Amino acid sequence: MSTRRDFMGMALGGFTAVGAVGGFYAAKRTWDPLPSVKAAGSTIVDLSQAKEGEPMTEKWRGKPIFVLRKSADMPAHERDVVVKGVRYHVSIALCTHLGCIPAYKKASKTFFCACHGGVFDTSGINLPGLPPPSPLEIPPFAIEGNTLVLGSEGPEYLALKKNNLVV
Amino acid sequence: MAKIDKKAFPFSKQWLDDRLALTTVMKVLNTEYWIPKNINFLWAMGMVLAATFGVLVISGIFLLMYYVPTVEGAFDSVNYTIMTEVGYGWLWRHIHGIGASLVFLIIYIHLFTGIYYGSYKRGREMIWISGMLLFVLFSAEAFSGYMLPWGQMSYWAGMVITNLFSGGSLEAYSFVEWIRGDYVPAQAFLGRFFMLHVFLLPLIIIATIVFHFATLRLPHVNNQEGKEVDFDESARLWKEGTVESRKKSEVIPFSPVFLSKDIFVMGVYFILFFYLVFYNFDFAMDPVNFDPADGLKTPAHIYPEWYFLWSYEILRPFSKDVGLIAFAVAQVALFALPFIDRSPNVAPASKRGLFKYWFWTLLVIMIALTALGKLPPTDPVFAAMGLVFAVAFLLMGPALYIITKFEKKIEEGA
Ligand code: HEM
Ligand code: FES
Repeated sequence: MSTRRDFMGMALGGFTAVGAVGGFYAAKRTWDPLPSVKAAGSTIVDLSQAKEGEPMTEKWRGKPIFVLRKSADMPAHERDVVVKGVRYHVSIALCTHLGCIPAYKKASKTFFCACHGGVFDTSGINLPGLPPPSPLEIPPFAIEGNTLVLGSEGPEYLALKKNNLVV
Repeated sequence: MAKIDKKAFPFSKQWLDDRLALTTVMKVLNTEYWIPKNINFLWAMGMVLAATFGVLVISGIFLLMYYVPTVEGAFDSVNYTIMTEVGYGWLWRHIHGIGASLVFLIIYIHLFTGIYYGSYKRGREMIWISGMLLFVLFSAEAFSGYMLPWGQMSYWAGMVITNLFSGGSLEAYSFVEWIRGDYVPAQAFLGRFFMLHVFLLPLIIIATIVFHFATLRLPHVNNQEGKEVDFDESARLWKEGTVESRKKSEVIPFSPVFLSKDIFVMGVYFILFFYLVFYNFDFAMDPVNFDPADGLKTPAHIYPEWYFLWSYEILRPFSKDVGLIAFAVAQVALFALPFIDRSPNVAPASKRGLFKYWFWTLLVIMIALTALGKLPPTDPVFAAMGLVFAVAFLLMGPALYIITKFEKKIEEGA
């Protein structure tokens, strides 16, 4: 008697558990980014548009991207992207603290984040003692002529990545 | 089948009692749910909260009829359609905005009342925990609602708050993207927060309010002296019904006697409420949010609504990881209050020695953090003060443990 009840109980519990797991999986997948979002194409940046010493902002996957053509007085850095002998700083323009867009301050030659006071230099390096824990992130890029293709990983990007310089 | 009076007239009292035990239900929930006489207007805050929640639901229903949950349509549907085209649409929007702000003011008063009178312990732990759950749920409800007009503050608050879930050095960015359904807040994000705000969270809130009420039923509400009332004896005296015995009884029935007092306080409260709705609605409307969301431009200075400022200020003065840990601790610390407080006394803070100073210090710290949280992060003096108060807040937990460990027991009747 009791074994038959146990069996019924376990069968019911088992089927319910399987159903619950399936249901949660479906719910999780519904909440996932859509394939169309994931496939959002690449962005091509025309570097001839970049003015020296003044960052321009591009858009890639909904995120703003800084492209700064460095002037002579801005120190070179191994994170720089060099195209045809010109140094550029390229980074995702979202503060590595909590994601606000830092604004470029011409006077101090820094990127200042108004949200919690983070500061980055012209190579995207975070100044110490402030909330951002790491430099501005470098997006995947490939160099084609005088353009950057954001979203594809060219050899220059892979070299930076290998040296842990992209984040 | 239970005995049924077959001759009872349909829907008469007897007829309903036979089918629903209505008289018994009314007794349990109203006429014989005993409330101590010895309480003040602060004990009306619970019902004021319930009423405000009702007003939020009603105004929300009307907003919902014209709101469009798309990134292209949301901003105009609120700022143009509802505010200028829909007849009295502005009224619902202002009621909803003021209601969302005042509900937090009253929650904070309610919560500090509980702390002051020690209403979170000796049998009332579940009241406190369910109350804190309501606090968290209302915070989520307010945040999700703030996303809906899809203005600049909506977008950037959405960006910053979802980034908290990256867990700092854990760098769980795929988790953040999963929450958003995109790399940045966009349509998927707006759609899911819309669902949460208008359906799932209100549903859970209603269930949790019912649970909060249920947790009150056995321990009853506390009173101004923290006195252990003999409810059986007092109920007997009340039910005896003479002027003498009712005077001697230490309790009154919740309904209609106590409720009439609640309703008086609600009357006063709603005068303030509608004064704000009609003459001072700006205070619940951030000007920055009247710019449409722009993912390529962060506003010069972003800050949350006033009721989140104190926890925001606990995040801000530290480096990323430390800030996140401090923030997380601050969010959950209050849940543990009944277990950190080691003193056996349930009494107003004024009678509890050092606890009195602890209570007022906590209040001052939270007000200071709130004021500092609104300021831009650029001034080094204010930044340093923020750090001091944030650290002070975190030290209040251990301080409470030590203070209450040595608190002298107050003898009953002393
Ligand atoms: C926002 C939704 C809330 C509603 C609708 C609500 C409602 C109520 C009501 C009707 C009462 C009884 C009357 C009174 O003492 O005021 C009560 C008591 C209480 N609530 Fe809440 N409450 C809410 C949130 C909270 C929060 C956030 C806390 C804090 C964690 C809390 C903690 C308590 C405590 C400790 C009591 C017992 C007071 C006593 O025994 O004297 N409640 N609540
Ligand atoms: S988001 Fe930039 S400092 Fe916090």
